Amino acid sequence: MKPVKFVFFLDLKSAYKTFIRNKIRSFLTILGIVIGVGAVIATVSIGQGASEAIQSSINAMGANMLMILPGSSSLGGVHSGFGVLPTLTLRDAYAIRKLPAVKTDSGMMGMAQQVVWRGNNWATLINGANSTFSEIRNWPVAKGTFFSHGQVVSAANVAVIGNTAATELFGLINPIGHTIIIKNIPFTVVGLLSIRGFNAFGQDQDDIVVIPITTMLEKVAGTTWVHAIAVSAKSAKDTSKAQSEITALLRQRHHIPAHKASDFFVRNLTQIAQTANSSANTFTVLLGSIAAVSLLVGGIGIMNIMLVSVTERTREIGIRMAVGAKKKDILKQFLIESSVLSLFGGVLGIGAGMGISSAISAFSPLKTIVTMEPVIIALIFSLCVGIFFGFYPAYKASRMNPVEALRYE
Amino acid sequence: MNSGIIKEQAKDGDILKFQGNPAVSGGESGTANGNAQMIRLEDIRMTYDVGDISYEALRGIDLDVGKGEFLSIMGASGSGKSTLMNILGCLDKPTSGRYFLEGRDVSNLTSDELAEIRNKKVGFVFQGFNLIQRLSVVENVELPMYYSGIPSKEARDMAMEALKLVDLSDKGNKFPNQISGGEQQRVAIARAIVNNAPIIMADEPTGNLDSVRGADVMNFFKKVNAERGVTIILVSHDKNIANYGRRLITVKDGVIISSSIIEANL
Ligand SMILES: Nc1ncnc2c1ncn2[C@@H]1O[C@H](COP(=O)(O)OP(=O)(O)OP(=O)(O)O)[C@@H](O)[C@H]1O
Ligand SMILES: [Mg+2]
Repeated sequence: MKPVKFVFFLDLKSAYKTFIRNKIRSFLTILGIVIGVGAVIATVSIGQGASEAIQSSINAMGANMLMILPGSSSLGGVHSGFGVLPTLTLRDAYAIRKLPAVKTDSGMMGMAQQVVWRGNNWATLINGANSTFSEIRNWPVAKGTFFSHGQVVSAANVAVIGNTAATELFGLINPIGHTIIIKNIPFTVVGLLSIRGFNAFGQDQDDIVVIPITTMLEKVAGTTWVHAIAVSAKSAKDTSKAQSEITALLRQRHHIPAHKASDFFVRNLTQIAQTANSSANTFTVLLGSIAAVSLLVGGIGIMNIMLVSVTERTREIGIRMAVGAKKKDILKQFLIESSVLSLFGGVLGIGAGMGISSAISAFSPLKTIVTMEPVIIALIFSLCVGIFFGFYPAYKASRMNPVEALRYE
Repeated sequence: MNSGIIKEQAKDGDILKFQGNPAVSGGESGTANGNAQMIRLEDIRMTYDVGDISYEALRGIDLDVGKGEFLSIMGASGSGKSTLMNILGCLDKPTSGRYFLEGRDVSNLTSDELAEIRNKKVGFVFQGFNLIQRLSVVENVELPMYYSGIPSKEARDMAMEALKLVDLSDKGNKFPNQISGGEQQRVAIARAIVNNAPIIMADEPTGNLDSVRGADVMNFFKKVNAERGVTIILVSHDKNIANYGRRLITVKDGVIISSSIIEANL
């Protein structure tokens, strides 16, 4: 029996020596693989970063979430955020709450406002919401409590503050119990939200102050119209049922005749996020396959240089055959050589890809994630490229006639 | 070296058969194998096709070589010496005829079977040294063991022993381009014997060497033949080199025209 280890080790050593002897040539040969693998790793890391961001914003939104916005979806649904179309009221929200497929609701209104605490000023997003906000958005408080249903009903001057806003206003001081001023109205801070970080669009979600929607409408905004109503369906299955129930209810409440379009629209946010996620995936696969093409080009480069190498080393092949190398020995030697070349290219490519990916993370708003999976796939793929494109040259070498090979000058 | 005395033996009509000389037995080889047959060729023919024309390089060679023999082959350029060597060394297959190596018919083996025989039975020493430049001296010597699957440590020991036999123990870690031509040829001898192959085929081994280094290399062939009982078949243009052997055959136009014992070496 042939001790495989020894044979394999010597072939590896020989491959390494060949590589070292022709450093520049070897490097140029594997450049295609390096670029291909690097591009695959970098694009996949961007794609995975995007998926992860989308996934986390799905989680941040809360489960089975529907958003009811004023206006008509046929207008494209572009919603400015501050110019409120007067169609939705808190009463609509209360009516929706009683629908069978709906678990909770929160009328919402957001506006940018200056917040003051002891001479510290901070412009932030003031969000009017129901006491269910924390539950719908899946966003617990870190300190204190969220304001209660009773405080919403009585339009109390209480606020729950996001981490960024708290830090800007209070520094290291615990904000609970302190009084902040919004539009000359004092609010008592009752809770500090846990840290959320940035969302997929690069917004700091912690830069926020949440107050009861009633207080927001009556005292801060002075209006009865809300920006949006957030609804949490009872379960994932119930989202479309809830959607039709809400549509029917609001059309009835708003007295819209059958032939007219609604003055509101219902968005299934989870669905939208999932669509975004799958299109991010498609994008990743597309970019990844373009990058994979350069791997193939790299493979052809390897094949080319292996053909040159086989010709150059015809005499060596003759010598090896003269001392007893069989066809498969020669085949194996050159296959190992091409595999070592392309694997080395793969390793360099992974290094390059990771470098590019962390550079993108550091210098652009895109977040990238390198997981083990594409790294292993890239390694296996480059090994396969080496074997596939190394096969023909190795086969050619193994079929040489020893007498002619020995005579080769 | 003195010229040998020709003893021709005619047999079976027009086919000439040249036997290994029984007188070679005993003595140097140290075993009683002088009579034992190593190689037997029967009517070996080799035809090369070059385009439309075919050229018959060997036209019916019959030859017996005994174990432990030291046979020299001479002949003019183009007479077919190398062609004969390649067949004897199992590098090439004859167009027709039968070749028995240690009693086994090897005339119709596959290329992998021939590779196996070369690995186990034959060591080559060529005019152009034919060492792999990328490998160190000792790695070159290890090469045959690499293909016969001998474990690396054992292979290294055997290679060092073979290098010792050709007085190159201290050059193992050098590379072929760092040693002289004579030394390179001694490395080739070490490589030829390292796997305990019973035959060495040497085609013009001194062709690239000056006479002093040539003689040096030839003395190692003699040593290997005497100490290890290795059968040596040597091709040379040079009468002085051919005379290191104990039997001399002359090839002309693809046939053996004479066989003689070199009595000075008996
Ligand atoms: N592969 C080949 N194809 C065609 N003809 C060949 C081939 N090899 C050898 N020959 C021819 O066969 C004849 C014998 O060649 P061979 O190499 O055996 O001669 P040789 O005796 O070794 O000569 P030299 O002393 O020059 O080495 C020559 O005429 C040569 O041209
Ligand atoms: Mg010749």
